[in-house]
Amino acid sequence: MHTNPLDILVCVKRVPMVGGKVVVTADGQDVDTRMSGFTVSPHEECAVEEAVQITQRDGGTVTVLTLGPPEAADQLRDMLALGAHRGVLLETDGREWGPVATAAAIVWAVGELGTTPFPLILTGNEAADTGGYQVGIRVAHALGRPCVSGIKRLELAGGVLRAAREYGGAQEMFEVALPAVVSVKEGINLPRYPSLPGRLRAKRAEIAVLRPQWQDDGLRKLGLRAPASSTRRAQVLGHGADAVPALIGVLGDLGVLPAAARSGDDGAAA
Amino acid sequence: MSAVLDGAAAAAAGAVTAGVAAGAGTTGDETTGAVLCLAERDGAVVADSSLRALSFAASLAGTAGVTAVLFPGPGAAGPDAAHLDGDLAPDALGAYGVTDVCLVRSDELTGYAPAAWARSLAQLAAAEGMSAVVAAATDRGNEVLAHLGAMTGLPLAANCVAAEHSGPGSWQLVRQRWAGSVLEDAVLAAPCALLTVATDALTLAAPAPSTARPTVGYFTPALTAADLVVLATESAGQSSGMSLATARVVVGGGRGVGGPDGFGALEELAGLLGGVVGVSRVVTSQGWRPHRQQVGQTGTKISPELYLACGISGAIQHMAGCQSARHIVAVNTDADAPIIAHAEYAVIGDVNEVVPALVAAIRARAG
Ligand SMILES: Cc1cc2nc3c(=O)[nH]c(=O)nc-3n(C[C@H](O)[C@H](O)[C@H](O)COP(=O)(O)OP(=O)(O)OC[C@H]3O[C@@H](n4cnc5c(N)ncnc54)[C@H](O)[C@@H]3O)c2cc1C
Ligand SMILES: Nc1ncnc2c1ncn2[C@@H]1O[C@H](COP(=O)(O)O)[C@@H](O)[C@H]1O
Repeated sequence: MHTNPLDILVCVKRVPMVGGKVVVTADGQDVDTRMSGFTVSPHEECAVEEAVQITQRDGGTVTVLTLGPPEAADQLRDMLALGAHRGVLLETDGREWGPVATAAAIVWAVGELGTTPFPLILTGNEAADTGGYQVGIRVAHALGRPCVSGIKRLELAGGVLRAAREYGGAQEMFEVALPAVVSVKEGINLPRYPSLPGRLRAKRAEIAVLRPQWQDDGLRKLGLRAPASSTRRAQVLGHGADAVPALIGVLGDLGVLPAAARSGDDGAAA
Repeated sequence: MSAVLDGAAAAAAGAVTAGVAAGAGTTGDETTGAVLCLAERDGAVVADSSLRALSFAASLAGTAGVTAVLFPGPGAAGPDAAHLDGDLAPDALGAYGVTDVCLVRSDELTGYAPAAWARSLAQLAAAEGMSAVVAAATDRGNEVLAHLGAMTGLPLAANCVAAEHSGPGSWQLVRQRWAGSVLEDAVLAAPCALLTVATDALTLAAPAPSTARPTVGYFTPALTAADLVVLATESAGQSSGMSLATARVVVGGGRGVGGPDGFGALEELAGLLGGVVGVSRVVTSQGWRPHRQQVGQTGTKISPELYLACGISGAIQHMAGCQSARHIVAVNTDADAPIIAHAEYAVIGDVNEVVPALVAAIRARAG
């Protein structure tokens, strides 16, 4: 069933694209990003894809919003390339904003963005870096709206949304009327790759810039560190198929071989 | 705590934040006040993650005491709220440091309702002057405490691995960022600390057999219609067979598998070892395998006896999902891949050569 065209707001956060190892800066305040690019969390990319799919089906617009330094405009352009229509940057001076301040800024911006009340606001379930698990819920309460979190399936019909997520191997279902806030998880869809016309459009698009007021969050970072990790290296069992007898020996020791195979020649190990 | 409370009375005791603040303001530098802790059910027992959170709450509370709050389970609204079995019935929770058990009763709570659960905790915390509210950092624990934070205006520190009261309204914390790949030292300034606990990073202290039995009381929250707008209905899962999260053996496949076709051999190996296949994000975003098989920060967390990671580089976001694996064995063409530093054993070689050879060898021994 069709629903009326919606103006959808999607909140995304710029985070470093860390690979094999996290390095903390010398002052212990940040993750070293000299060797990494930036991205948005997979959850949020899926939120944008979901919004784009909804508007492609039912009409309406997708506005992507991020609170971050001026460079976070890059992430807005990445999302515009996926099919979002409008980008809004809540520009900061680069200092870290906590979830309380971030949610307050988003709520303020929703008011500033004029007549559009955004009947549907999408966020990720949690930011990939700081993992606060709360911005969407705080935004919902401040706007007097319901919030469903961790959603992996979303349907809209006649101003009502049906959302589902996994819980202990079962499906949990929610049904709420719009306006609402929904936080989503990766897996809800498979985000498209940006098309060339999409990328060109994104490059030229104008990005609205707003400057919200910073506020104290109650939770103050003292510093970051890497958790204690073992410095061991794996014991190499061998190369290619020649390593299979040794590997079978290890699997046998761990007790994971099928019973019949276990009763075979144990001498094969090592 | 008093045995029977009702939410209307608790709400009347003052605005929630003010009530919480007044309660915590009485604590001194060295000691905290009492701590409220959400206890989630797992069937007819308290979930293991919640038992860990209760122990964490108990160490935070010291002598001030911990109240475990239980909500009605599926089909157990009303007076049956207490139904829990055996060693983990309310009486037995004393072994985890629980001094009081509070069973929430409500005819309206026919299913999980995050805002209503948060409202109940807010009213209990206000009425009892709690200095902290704690939950395991599960999907529900994080969600309910975020609602509680939003309702009360209090900050929430998610995924804590340590917490200490460091003065009036002040807490020194260690919490996880990047799903545990980075630790943050932080200070939380709040009249009542809201904390979720990354319980899989904690070891559960053995229950102390001699502890006193907790008191058991009931609480009926005063819920508004808005608290119940988001109310879950559950449907039986389509889950057939073994789940990735609980499998004893996981055979992992990454970009190195080379394409969707290579996963046949991995499935076959997983079948022989009594396990399931798990994959990296590259594999799901290429559409080679469905997302429900993804292991990692934005996928499933696994804790098998054996994780056999084939053609996976070992990015931090992937490792965040398999830190709890007892043994990791890697198959990789690159002897310097990060996964080698996490694994116990490694085979240097092509997954598409090693895995079929391993399958053949196991079959040969069995046959
Ligand atoms: C916020 C965020 C969240 C993320 N969440 C997740 C997550 O939940 N799960 C996840 O997995 N990733 C996640 N990622 C992505 C992660 O950073 C990596 O990009 C991803 O894990 C890499 O997958 P891979 O190991 O299969 O591929 P690659 O990193 O490309 O590694 C392929 C490996 O295969 C080896 N190889 C190549 N050919 C062969 C062969 N023939 N035989 C054997 N070995 C071979 C190579 O040496 C290499 O080590 C996330 C990233 C971000 C930024
Ligand atoms: N700086 C930010 N700018 C825009 N959206 C954000 C920002 N921080 C968090 N969010 C959104 O809120 C979600 C939850 O974040 P958090 O509560 O910080 O884990 C994220 O997945 C984003 O969708």
